Amino acid sequence: MKTNGTVPLAREELTRYSRHLILPEVGYEGQQKLKDSRVLVVGTGGLGSPVDLYLAAAGIGTLGIVDYDVVDETNLQRQIVHGTRDVLRPKTASAKDRLEDTNPYINVEVFDTYLTSKNALEIFKSFDVIIDGTDNFATRYLINDACVLLDKPNIYGSIFRFEGQTTVFHHQNGPCLRCLYPEPPPPGLVPTCSEGGVLGVLPGIIGCIQANEAIKILLNIGESLSGRFVLFDSLKMKFRELKLRKDPHCPICGQNRTIHELIDYEEFCGLKKPKDLEPVDSLEAVDLKTLLDETPAAVQIIDIREPHEVAMGTLPNSKYIPFGQVVRRKEEFNPDVLNVFICKIGVRSELAIRALKDAGYTGKLANLKDGTNAWARDIGDNIVVY
Amino acid sequence: MIAIQLPTALRTFTDGLSDVNVEAATVADALLQLTQQYADLQRHLFDETGKLRSFVNVYLNDEDIREFQGVDTVLKNGDTLMLIPAIAGGVR
Repeated sequence: MKTNGTVPLAREELTRYSRHLILPEVGYEGQQKLKDSRVLVVGTGGLGSPVDLYLAAAGIGTLGIVDYDVVDETNLQRQIVHGTRDVLRPKTASAKDRLEDTNPYINVEVFDTYLTSKNALEIFKSFDVIIDGTDNFATRYLINDACVLLDKPNIYGSIFRFEGQTTVFHHQNGPCLRCLYPEPPPPGLVPTCSEGGVLGVLPGIIGCIQANEAIKILLNIGESLSGRFVLFDSLKMKFRELKLRKDPHCPICGQNRTIHELIDYEEFCGLKKPKDLEPVDSLEAVDLKTLLDETPAAVQIIDIREPHEVAMGTLPNSKYIPFGQVVRRKEEFNPDVLNVFICKIGVRSELAIRALKDAGYTGKLANLKDGTNAWARDIGDNIVVY
Repeated sequence: MIAIQLPTALRTFTDGLSDVNVEAATVADALLQLTQQYADLQRHLFDETGKLRSFVNVYLNDEDIREFQGVDTVLKNGDTLMLIPAIAGGVR
């Protein structure tokens, strides 16, 4: 961490940061260290919002923000760095405006781009600390590997519904993401937040912990979360702390490294179609409508959404078997008709079909392509896009 | 008795239960009892060859079972197993 401390704090800054300055652990020197620091926040969403806001307020001299997306109305329930007037603006532009209003004494560097294997090292290299506020495994492994290769601490946070996970990776030779989870799940096995939902406050709590860890590392105070994996359950209001150890066989930070440069993370995460996967029959919403109109007795719709999602609307004559029960209840399917599986976007339903086939079911199965959202868009009655 | 604690992401497969109690002598045995009771969990915990998936960590009390003998780790009455899968959400 560089601490040249050449630029003195201006009078206005002394006032602004007075509550930091009177903390012996921060003080004038610490505040100047923060001013000299460069922190990169990847993702300007649920986690990135509180991280950006608190680090800006704390006086981190240069905040880098990376995002390619635009602000959407559905973001505002939790992405508090953006406002209603920012809908459809690039997230980085919206956040920059807000952060410069929060603190005019900092610089906000904007990277309005996808983080990729091609640009990550170049973007990361001038920053002291990297904060991972992304929403997908491919980018998380990319951030991890780039941080290990450049020897920078990676402050990790991740959330699902009411639960969060946070830790600090690769700090003072501590464990990295690959030590914790050598590989990500294959796509779709774990539902995404857009399917699973998330309580808006949760990323606020996890993001604040990430911001707190960043400041501690920059000031070299306290005990970092390195080597400790914190789990938070917001419903039970419980924090659990698990031990996290460096894997001596880790392919990127272990003794015999096999990864020496960034790789193709989409391929690593199985996002490119594997060749050996048997295709699942699928049909468009309009085709399903025709089948239902012409040969209703030959079709059975199996709605595998969760009960609370069914409230968003239904298709005619559906049988409801939640995703998590299809294998256990396979005797309930009529093998004499075409069972058409539906979910919100057609991903879980495809997985349900694969799970059933793997479990030995041999009747006719088909998937509604793009799910109930396609039906809502193309057919329209009794259901909304959500 | 062994208490198995499940995070939200896996409760879909256990009728919403966050805790499942089993009688088991080893971690493998405990997970077998769990997947026999809740068949839909099987492919989320184990790959086609029956190996525990590498994005699901199992903790015995607060330590990763990889620090002991993996799924062969011997359990004693009153132990708690936690299943912790990787989650990716940051919510765009």
